[in-house]
Amino acid sequence: MNIQKDLVAASATPLVLAILSEGESYGYAIIKRVGELSGGELQWTDGMIYPLLHRLERNGFVKAVWGKSETGRRRKYYRLTRTGAAHLARQRRQWQVVDLALRGIWLTAVDTPSRP
Amino acid sequence: MTEDRALEERIGEWRSYFRRRQALHSVDVEELEDHLRSQVEALSEAGLDQDEAFLVAVKRLGNLDSVSREFANEYSERLWKQLVVAPDGGAASSVARREARVAIGLAIAAGAAIKIPELFGVRIDESQEDTLFYLRNMSLLVLPFLAVFFAFKRRLHTMGWLWLALPLVPAALIMNLLPFHVGGQTQVLAAIHLPIALWLSVGFAYAAGRWRNHDQRMNYVRFSGEWFIYYTLIALGGGVLVLFTVFIFDAIGLNAEPFAARWVIPCGAAGAVVIAAWLVEAKQSVIENMAPVLTVLFTPLFTVLLVIFVAAMIWTGNAIDVRREVLIGFDLLLVLVLCLLLYAISARDSQSPPGRFDRLQLLLVISALLVDVLALWAMAARISEFGFSPNKTAALGLNLLLLVNLAWSAVLYARFLAKRSSFSALERWQTSYLPAFAAWAWIVVALFPVIFSYR
Repeated sequence: MNIQKDLVAASATPLVLAILSEGESYGYAIIKRVGELSGGELQWTDGMIYPLLHRLERNGFVKAVWGKSETGRRRKYYRLTRTGAAHLARQRRQWQVVDLALRGIWLTAVDTPSRP
Repeated sequence: MTEDRALEERIGEWRSYFRRRQALHSVDVEELEDHLRSQVEALSEAGLDQDEAFLVAVKRLGNLDSVSREFANEYSERLWKQLVVAPDGGAASSVARREARVAIGLAIAAGAAIKIPELFGVRIDESQEDTLFYLRNMSLLVLPFLAVFFAFKRRLHTMGWLWLALPLVPAALIMNLLPFHVGGQTQVLAAIHLPIALWLSVGFAYAAGRWRNHDQRMNYVRFSGEWFIYYTLIALGGGVLVLFTVFIFDAIGLNAEPFAARWVIPCGAAGAVVIAAWLVEAKQSVIENMAPVLTVLFTPLFTVLLVIFVAAMIWTGNAIDVRREVLIGFDLLLVLVLCLLLYAISARDSQSPPGRFDRLQLLLVISALLVDVLALWAMAARISEFGFSPNKTAALGLNLLLLVNLAWSAVLYARFLAKRSSFSALERWQTSYLPAFAAWAWIVVALFPVIFSYR
């Protein structure tokens, strides 16, 4: 399914932060997890996650450390900071408000097809 | 395995392709590469062969333009090329640091050298004779340090060091032992032309002794232009510094002017010669040259000026009023036009076909030549009235020198525009002509005093 760009962009930050709240991770693994969570529907362009991660680091929400992968390659790992966790909580509350509103109307309207 | 080697090759190509983007630093490319490799591994495990896995992984990574655009949005400051004079880490940085230490050391030495004559009682503002001493020997005290900087940086061979030192001894002897008349024209002329002669011999060190090489000569021309711009900027900054120093010390009742005039300005000006050269070399491959940019800006303006001047001359019928200062003025005009031409040549891709800017430049050169020929003609009529004083001869000589250069340049340029010859012929002409300037400078320094009896 083709998801609108705005929606993908808006959901990117809370998704990444939430995935990082599960534990330290790196770019490729985060993208894989997003795929898993959305059942393959959310297909992000791989390269785009890195500017996002850098922006989150710049804002202080995540912290990057260089480590080693299983094969011994240099790899940048990201972990959530306390500021990041607070920001994630704020975003979560906002999304829950939106979700509640939409759920309210969809539950009543979704099963009633419009008839002329 | 050959498959792995092929993959490594492809990844290497991909890496250099990504590295070229300004918005992406090498750490970012490293991160992306790790991602790419993880993707390739995962796809290989899923059953794709290595070629396919690589292609799919690259496609999934995203189009280079969009990725670098995202990075550029994030790191907008990277779009301004920053000169990192002391890069962090790696072998290149230790070389850069050593060079910085040498440059700073030589700058301090140049500043000290400027003050050494004071030990012998020669002060810069004491008497006319002392001021003239400084004028004569300024370049001898400072430029050798610049030559040493380049000789060191380019690892000049021992023979080269000897060749560098060769002109210094006769220059020093000439400037100080010949019986110049105090305040005479030959002395001032020699003092003005000696820096030019020595500047071209610094070029020998710059080219690491390969002064016959035309590319090296053109590189030296490029360096000279950038050096001049950087020096001017440093001088302006230094001027502001001095003004503030005098001002704030004055606020607490201390007079900083003598200190500024005796120490800061001379030593700063001397040291800045080496520092400016060091900065130009450091920024060489990172920042665009500024001289050609200024050339592109000013060539149209000067062309318009000259064309209007010629039109005005024809319209009003006024002949050029020939006085002594006029000849020097026209010399400067020709020097300016030559610089505009030279720096446009230095930045132009010699393979590209003739364009509008080339036609504009040809117009500039031709109008400058026309103006100069008219001036010389007007002067020839009164040459007997003038007589041959050192100043007039020097000005005339320079004028003829520049005239020949620009005339043949115009011919070559016209041939290039008519597509009958290549642009490199014009480049070659300019670089071949440089020794002529050096020869002329040395003639004025060494022969003029003798010919004109030290007037």
